[in-house]
Amino acid sequence: MLTAIVLLPTVMAALLLCVPRSAPRPLFLTAWVATATAELVLTVIVWAGYRADGGMQYETRARWIPSAGISYHVGVDGLSLPLVAVTCVLFLACALYAWRATRRVREFAALFLFLQTTCLGLFVALDLILFFVFFDLSIVAMYFIIAGWGHKDAAGSALKFFLYTFIGSLALLLGFIGLYLAADPHTFDIVELTRADPLAGRSTYGALVLLAIAVGLAVKTPTVPFHTWLPPAHTDAPAAGSAILAGVLLKMGTYGFLRIAMPVLPDAWRDYALVFVVIGVVSVLYGALVALAQTDFKRLVAYTSVNHMGYIILAIGAAGAVGADQEEARRLAVTGSVFQMVSHGLLTGALFLLSGVLYERGRTYEMSAYSGVAGRAPVFAALTGVAAFASLGLPGFSGFIAEFQILTGSLGPEPVATGLAVLGILLTAGLFLRALQQVFLGPLRLPVAAPGADRPFADIRVHEGLAIVPLLTLGVVLGIAPRFVLDIIEPASRTLLELLAR
Amino acid sequence: MLLWALVALPLAVGTLLVVVGRPADRYAPGVAVGTAVAAFGLAVVVAFEHPRAEAPLFEGLPAGLAVDGLSGLMVVTVTAVIAAVLLFSVADIGPDEARARFFGLMLLFGGAMLTTVTATTLPVLLMAWEVMGATSWALIGYWWRDPERGDAANTAFLTTRAADLGLYLAAGAALASGQADSLALDDLAATTGSWSALITAGVIAAALGKSAQLPFSFWLSRAMQGPSPVSALLHSATMVVAGAYLLLRLEPLLAQSGWGGHVVAWTGAVTAVVLGLVAVAQTDLKQLLAASTCAQIGFMVLAAGAGAVTGGTLQLIAHAAAKSLAFLVAGAWLTALGTKALPALRGAARRHRTAGITFSVAALTLAGVPPFALWSAKDVLLAGALEDSTALYVVGLAGAVISAVYSIKALWFVWQPDPASAVRGGPLPYAARLPLVTLAVACFALTVTSFPPVRDAVGRVLGDAQPHPHAWEFVLSGALAVAVAAVVWVRGPQILSLSGRITAPASQWLHLETAARTLLVRPVMRLADALAAFDDRVLDRAVEGSARGSVRLALWTNARVERLVDGAVEGVAGGTRALGRWARRPQTGQLHQYLAQAVAAFTVLAVVLVLVR
Repeated sequence: MLTAIVLLPTVMAALLLCVPRSAPRPLFLTAWVATATAELVLTVIVWAGYRADGGMQYETRARWIPSAGISYHVGVDGLSLPLVAVTCVLFLACALYAWRATRRVREFAALFLFLQTTCLGLFVALDLILFFVFFDLSIVAMYFIIAGWGHKDAAGSALKFFLYTFIGSLALLLGFIGLYLAADPHTFDIVELTRADPLAGRSTYGALVLLAIAVGLAVKTPTVPFHTWLPPAHTDAPAAGSAILAGVLLKMGTYGFLRIAMPVLPDAWRDYALVFVVIGVVSVLYGALVALAQTDFKRLVAYTSVNHMGYIILAIGAAGAVGADQEEARRLAVTGSVFQMVSHGLLTGALFLLSGVLYERGRTYEMSAYSGVAGRAPVFAALTGVAAFASLGLPGFSGFIAEFQILTGSLGPEPVATGLAVLGILLTAGLFLRALQQVFLGPLRLPVAAPGADRPFADIRVHEGLAIVPLLTLGVVLGIAPRFVLDIIEPASRTLLELLAR
Repeated sequence: MLLWALVALPLAVGTLLVVVGRPADRYAPGVAVGTAVAAFGLAVVVAFEHPRAEAPLFEGLPAGLAVDGLSGLMVVTVTAVIAAVLLFSVADIGPDEARARFFGLMLLFGGAMLTTVTATTLPVLLMAWEVMGATSWALIGYWWRDPERGDAANTAFLTTRAADLGLYLAAGAALASGQADSLALDDLAATTGSWSALITAGVIAAALGKSAQLPFSFWLSRAMQGPSPVSALLHSATMVVAGAYLLLRLEPLLAQSGWGGHVVAWTGAVTAVVLGLVAVAQTDLKQLLAASTCAQIGFMVLAAGAGAVTGGTLQLIAHAAAKSLAFLVAGAWLTALGTKALPALRGAARRHRTAGITFSVAALTLAGVPPFALWSAKDVLLAGALEDSTALYVVGLAGAVISAVYSIKALWFVWQPDPASAVRGGPLPYAARLPLVTLAVACFALTVTSFPPVRDAVGRVLGDAQPHPHAWEFVLSGALAVAVAAVVWVRGPQILSLSGRITAPASQWLHLETAARTLLVRPVMRLADALAAFDDRVLDRAVEGSARGSVRLALWTNARVERLVDGAVEGVAGGTRALGRWARRPQTGQLHQYLAQAVAAFTVLAVVLVLVR
């Protein structure tokens, strides 16, 4: 079942590439939307068949390179299932958003479908090498999306993105090999490694392996100071690419921490938990402050991602403070961090699609070029306002559910750090309100249209609405009735903390 | 079930109206007023039934709603004021405005307040609390085309959210303490130690911020930019009283901490006096009323700190009636006369008889003049303060006297005969008159709640046993209020004219906003700019630099190392070639030369052999 979910988009992509380019545009787009819908339906079926407290499910294991201890091993549990679901939702939203795309549609659709395979594959992978392969393939696919369909300095940004995260992935590979060599018998299987805890009692070795893995994942997440590839990549990527980059690809880093670093290296994680707490707090505050200084809407949203990912790092760092006798609080923090991945995927995905709408109409992200847009495009303004308030952690939206759990859960184990991190929610409120006021409120002013082109600022079109509204609706649903997701996550975070306490 | 309906009804209808937007404009007023009336009915029912409801929210942290004595009084007050204000808004917010958005947001705002006062656990309280803040942002910035109003909305939201951080910390501390595991509000007082201190401090900060007490008062001044009905609701039964409500609700926590009660009581008392003086210095009716809100809420905060829960609650209810009435009339004048400056409002009360009389009732109530409700409610709460400390009582009484000054000042202006505009205006629409008269009657009728047997019943409902005021306290405060009111009325506000140097800070709200901007906002913005520059010029450039360094290293390797290696290879090849050339020399093809070479070689060999042996 999972294999079908993972491979279906790539099969479809291959089929699309067999169709001649001269075929009518709607053919490709319909195929893309249909595949994304099928993926979502399949995920819903998996979700329906998933037992909340059943541990790893839908497992498949096949021999791949047995001589090196590598196998094709996939499965889902409470950590990965919500991410698989949010991935499918976001890819469907992007497919709908791109409904009026005209530039090399066949290749665009094929690349996105291939990217969907790599993202889903990564979240269900239970073998380090499989994880690594999907990790790297996602970078490759995203490189082509940014370089091929981006604007401004797309080639440069894409190259920077590729090289930076690729170097990170090499560090990751180094760490994986370290784990492989430490295990007896040698294996890359995550489940077996987790069970074996191969580096128990070998603190230096464990620390070095954790360092390699953490650097690799921190680049991807990204945390300060490894985040500088993010703003240019986002600014120059096409809107759908940004949405996937922020909504799904960033989660690969934090998911890696929860899936690999914490359960496989519990000793090292406990020893160095404070490092992650500090990195988390710095990312929260630094990301928010730098975002506050931005004048470019898309860069602003990009930096808030650094802020939001920082909360996750803070929470998983606080979860490592095993000695502090804060069992319930730490569980809340871990649950919150998984929920934050889901929530951030939906809300930031929506914000990037909205910024794409802004760019498509005004040909600039510069906020000072706009004013009073609410008068010309009230629906667009309302949606952006809702997305901004959701992103700043307003109750009633999923962001609050995540951040409340993270902050409430982290305060007990790490009071000083969390006390500082709380300021982040005030800063994000400030920066989003400033942005909303600049772009949407006040008297109407629009950017000077490109020479010769009269560009009326049209309100949200149907296909854009179909892409964005469901994301925000899900944000509200998760904000008001989060139980159906929390029921899935909570047993997994309990298991994770048990593994961490070994 | 009824309880869920009470909070869900306004929230759901409000959301619906906001989402549908302009197409619903025509039906919005009717739907909203109907919803508010239905909510009022539900509130009355739940106030008697005291239902509880619980639903799972987070792991081990349920979402709880319940109505007890305090909540019961609050829900009735809140829904009654919402209904009155919405009815008035039908006349005030014209058909050409975005009515669905206005009425929808008002319902959301009210629904959030209802959830706040019925919440039994901290997460739900915080959720409702922040949603209330966000809807107040949308309401203050209702006329969004005006940048000034957008600014005001941002100021209000950011100031209250800054204070709200206290509630986030309190929630974390409560969980960390291990003594309030489900984060139920009732359990908070059972905590001990440093976590308990953090809970208390967090709750106090959040409540003072929401209630616009010192030093947060300035946001309320800016919030006046919103439509008048918004002010009427925000200042009376929602938003600002949420802070006072929270403190009254958590009075056991304050008492238990040992210091929280004193901090809260004195903050309230000082706010009552200082913001009262600020109100006296205002020349704009809405600004005067705003400062008076801070001052009047100060009494409720004082009551919570001094443990006078009954008095604080009575003050809250009576103030809700008086202040919403005052703002509604001010709004009606603003709509009719286009001004809210006091000198320009001369004679306004003579023009519309209903408005004039009801405004007078509101002003006299605020002034604490008998027999209106705030006179006696204030004495009930001050009785609690008197038992705490005499100094607190005296400061509170001073605050009461000052409230008489600013209220009568406003009254004096609007009743001044103004020959220039002696024309009588047309009557107010019925939708506007009904709420005004109802609220005015309430200002008078609520007085009975401060005297036995009603007061005792209220105390029983609240489960509160605060000290009762003596008869002389009623007489003293009433006499003081009447005397001061009479002096101000007879001599006019001229007696208040002091030199500009003294009144300037007061008329500018003590420059609190400027201080907040200079001390907090500007440094943060500067830090943000510096960090952004650091991000671009140092961090990013370091990454780019290392990339460029790699390229340069490659070029250097290409130029130097490569040449070296290649040179070595070429050298070896050249050497070999030279050797080959040399080796070719002897190969002459002539036999005698070969013989000579052989002889020479053998000779050398022989010599070597001889020498070595």
